[in-house]
Amino acid sequence: MKLGSNFWSTVKKKYSIYMILVGLFIVCSLANPNFLSVNNLTNISRQLSVTTILALGATLLIISGMLDLSSGSVLALAGVFAVSTYKATGSLLLALTVGILTGIVCNVINAIMVSTFKAPPFIATLAMLTVARGVALLYTKGQNILQLGNFTELGQGSIGVIPIPIIFLIAIAILTWYLLNHTRFGRSLYAVGGNEEAAIASGINVHNVKYTAFIINGIFVGIAGVLFMSRVNAGLPNGAINYEFTALTAAIIGGTSFSGGIGTVGGTLAGAFIVGFLDNIMNLNNVDSYMQQIVRGTIIALAVIYDIRSRNRRAKATLVKAEDLGADKK
Amino acid sequence: MKENFKLRVSQIEKSFPGVKALDKIDFAVKKGSVHVLCGENGAGKSTLMKIINGIYQPDSGQIYIDEKPVKINNPIQARTLGISMIFQEMSYVPEMTVEENLFLGNLPVKRFGNVNWKEVRRRTKELLLAENLPYSPTTPLKDLTISDIQMLEIIKAISYKSDIIIMDEPTSAITLKEVEKLFVKIRELKARGVSIIYISHKLDEVFQIADDITVLRDGTVVESHPKEELDIETVIALMVGRKLTTTFPKEHVAIGEDMLQVENLNCTNVFHNINFHVKKGEILGFAGLMGAGRTEVMRALFGLDPKTSGIVKIKGKEVTIKNVRQSIDHGMVMLSEDRRRYGIIPMRSVKENTTLSNLKSVFYAYRNHKKVEKKLVSEILNKMRIKTPTIDTPIASLSGGNQQKVVLAKWMIRNPDILILDEPTRGIDVGAKLEIYKLMTDLAKEGKVVIIVSSELPEVIGMCDRIYVMAKGTITGEINRGDFSQELIMRYATGTLTAEGVN
Repeated sequence: MKLGSNFWSTVKKKYSIYMILVGLFIVCSLANPNFLSVNNLTNISRQLSVTTILALGATLLIISGMLDLSSGSVLALAGVFAVSTYKATGSLLLALTVGILTGIVCNVINAIMVSTFKAPPFIATLAMLTVARGVALLYTKGQNILQLGNFTELGQGSIGVIPIPIIFLIAIAILTWYLLNHTRFGRSLYAVGGNEEAAIASGINVHNVKYTAFIINGIFVGIAGVLFMSRVNAGLPNGAINYEFTALTAAIIGGTSFSGGIGTVGGTLAGAFIVGFLDNIMNLNNVDSYMQQIVRGTIIALAVIYDIRSRNRRAKATLVKAEDLGADKK
Repeated sequence: MKENFKLRVSQIEKSFPGVKALDKIDFAVKKGSVHVLCGENGAGKSTLMKIINGIYQPDSGQIYIDEKPVKINNPIQARTLGISMIFQEMSYVPEMTVEENLFLGNLPVKRFGNVNWKEVRRRTKELLLAENLPYSPTTPLKDLTISDIQMLEIIKAISYKSDIIIMDEPTSAITLKEVEKLFVKIRELKARGVSIIYISHKLDEVFQIADDITVLRDGTVVESHPKEELDIETVIALMVGRKLTTTFPKEHVAIGEDMLQVENLNCTNVFHNINFHVKKGEILGFAGLMGAGRTEVMRALFGLDPKTSGIVKIKGKEVTIKNVRQSIDHGMVMLSEDRRRYGIIPMRSVKENTTLSNLKSVFYAYRNHKKVEKKLVSEILNKMRIKTPTIDTPIASLSGGNQQKVVLAKWMIRNPDILILDEPTRGIDVGAKLEIYKLMTDLAKEGKVVIIVSSELPEVIGMCDRIYVMAKGTITGEINRGDFSQELIMRYATGTLTAEGVN
């Protein structure tokens, strides 16, 4: 009997996020007939791809006990650079490469601040947020870059019925899953976020882990930048403002723990889609945009409270079980 | 019994989960006297003091001040009752100035609740002048040395005009000259009628300053006497006098050649002149009191902390160890004393915690070999008799003993040559202890080396072939198994005996 209740609580803990997603999907389709239209769903998926890719990068960082506030700005910078590369050369591949490199460079700088100089990630990436946005505006003199021609292929095109951004998203999600579950890097990432000192004492190269996490995040942000600019058909130095928060929200709702050491790709995907569906249904039903902000903020707060509460419950259970506390108490 | 007791506690009891920290303690301090509390680490001294200072609440028992029953709910209340405490770990704010720290939590205010800084300055100057201390009230504490700060802590306690002052290891961080200064001060306070409770491991100092001595052991009062009726030997005997309750699975093992040699290892201000060696098949102990520098030496050896100089040889070859990875590669691993801080990744599974030290064995050919990992982990868990519901259970939900064994298992899968165990049995149950002792013996039989750092004397005496004793950051004695005795170890550890030259 005890086993039974344990089993159900595990299922509940493990799959509740997916049940919420399915429930939300059903509610949305009932609430507005347009929700299920092919047009609307492809639209959502294109928009969602960008923020979800950011959220996957954010997940890697949060698991390792860090975070990236700069992803929205770096996305804009990478996108703007990619756009002007495309205008100069006409090469999509080169444009994508420049976008990715921009993401990497900014995130190596983040890693230097965080890992080498031990700056708190919050402050370090906040600085990068400001700088990257400044560089993007300076470079474009604050003007949007227009008339991109075939550059829009990436963001607006499809292969068969599947929109290209979704293909990128799937590839990146699989890559992230692979990294987390099948590489030494992934295992180390959880260890560093779970207890950095214990990771060091177990022989984990924490520096390498943190640098790698930031670089991978940089690649993701760079790709997201190219997809974003391509979808909106313009180089917008002021684009993607606050996307970092959407990404963080998705990760947190998806069960990634801000105290590190916990998080999954599936959870983040579900979290991102929950946020996306909510935004979409509120738009379809003409919910006031100010109201939307309030709803979103409330959801973040609830998700965090849920995370902390379940963590406390775990801690309490631990305390009770570790009855041979003994000298540990000192 | 109608003596002039300033403070008296009666039948105090206090339990922590799984441990009875204090058991029916009776203890009394006369007015205007110095009462010393002695006892080994974990005997209950600090717990008792924290109860008197209101940090902990006793489960039962009564505290009397001037023979009137009182209830002390928190340190602030203790202060108003005239009790103040100088902690072993000092409580100060490094960024704040001398005067701010002196009056922290006790700032004089003016009519509208704003701080009367003039008054603060005046009283600080007065105190500094009275104690003849040469700092300005506006110096930040971070610019002072530890011993300066310790002296300030003492002044702070005095500034509360307390008539009961508790000093927990006040001389652990100050120089000999300052100790003399402190003793002059203590005698002065005594003459003013202040009662002092003084906790120290340094028995030579204890006998200089004490009026009465109470010895605690395993949470009970062993004996309490005026100083004149005691001597150092007796106090040591009272401190360690418990019977050996565990039998140790010690077996005779052939000793081979040198596995690890450490020559002249130094770390400025932490430890100095560390020379020792250990041979294949040997179980080597490091005894000493808390703060003697044993853990620090081992951490430096393992590459967790830096060292300033010294040579380390493994199997006769000099090696460079600047980080943990290098140490692991040379076959030397260490189990840390603080399992929660340096041992476990609490929210991750038993499986992940076990293979963390050897990820290459389960991640190769571009993927995680789940079956290999499961087999590896299940085997070691079985071998070490670790009880866990599944290997995917988060390690934090195991008992302390099982957590400790998982952390050990993490190192065992690497098949190390040298295993350093820092307080390996702290806070775990007897069964788990025995398992760990057995494991040590097995390793020794395989020709490996086990180094135990432990404050539990019966443990080092029971398991080791040889013991080094440390005090004040250096090795003060080396004892062979034939000569083991708790008294001898304590004499080296308290610095009342020093070996001439240790090889």
